[in-house]
Amino acid sequence: MSFQFTEEQIKRYSRHIILPEVGGKGQEKLLKSKVLVIGAGGLGSPSLYYLAAAGVGTIGIVDFDVVDFSNLQRQILHNTERVGTPKVESAKKTLEALNPDVNVVAYNTKIQKSNVMDIIKDYDVVLDGSDNFPTRFLVNDACYFLGKPLVSAAILRFEGQLTVFDYRDKQNSPCYRCLFPEPPPPGLVPSCQEAGLLGVVGGIMGTLQANEALKLILGIGEPLVGKLLVFDALTTEFNIVKLRKDKKCPLCGEEPKIKELIEYDQEGCEIRF
Amino acid sequence: MEFDKELDLKGEVCPFTFVKSKLMIEQMDLGQVLKVILDYKPSVENVPKSFQDEGQEVLEVKQVADNLWEVYVRKVK
Repeated sequence: MSFQFTEEQIKRYSRHIILPEVGGKGQEKLLKSKVLVIGAGGLGSPSLYYLAAAGVGTIGIVDFDVVDFSNLQRQILHNTERVGTPKVESAKKTLEALNPDVNVVAYNTKIQKSNVMDIIKDYDVVLDGSDNFPTRFLVNDACYFLGKPLVSAAILRFEGQLTVFDYRDKQNSPCYRCLFPEPPPPGLVPSCQEAGLLGVVGGIMGTLQANEALKLILGIGEPLVGKLLVFDALTTEFNIVKLRKDKKCPLCGEEPKIKELIEYDQEGCEIRF
Repeated sequence: MEFDKELDLKGEVCPFTFVKSKLMIEQMDLGQVLKVILDYKPSVENVPKSFQDEGQEVLEVKQVADNLWEVYVRKVK
């Protein structure tokens, strides 16, 4: 109740404060919240930008890559001058310039079995915008074990997918492994040459990820749990497919086989989204 | 009219008149009355309307001088 906004903050967040569902109390929740974003790429760029603009107080970013010219068609946090510099540093500069209220924590590292729990444990919500299956499975399993809500999005060509796994409620929320029990065999994954992507698809899906994260923090609306949103950029259609909890799921099923983190090897060439 | 808190918003314009009034009322107890002083005419309509939209009880809007108004709002939710 004693939260005092500065004049600058009142102006900066006025459009939030006016909303009956947010108000000063909601803005205070945002300023006290901690969100972790895996990947400062095509999905992470828009989600990080909006989370910072919204005043999420602590934003963690995990990425071990450096900015490349081939990223700039969609990764709007970065720019031409920053080619060759670490993505997390570039992201931090952009976000801090947008909103000095935000404490940006940069993890310039590959997320692995050895560090994933430590990195995730202090955050309230995790957004996965990574570009490979080993990371996705590792982040999923870690969020499941730690009981953290995971906002998961994926993009390829003209298509995007989004869902929320709410591991604060493991009894009811499906998990990533209900959808994909194991990483796919190499032949099923598009090769580098096939993996084109319309940049704006990342913008749309990453922005929707930020929306789900803000809803989770504010406790408003209905999070996209048990539903997979599929976006087709060519027809401009959104479809929702129901996701069911799989009783035989190796992670969250009735007789789970996975009881600890698994590190998968990256098969073949990496797809960089 | 009796009030519990007073907010002098002379010199403030929309939407900050409502934003600041709302921030104040959020920190008050149910049943308490907020007095808002305004000198920006559009806010004299907008602040009471926005409070009504949020379900608060607007008790009185009165002009007390040229370009000076008082709005009384009771916190009911």
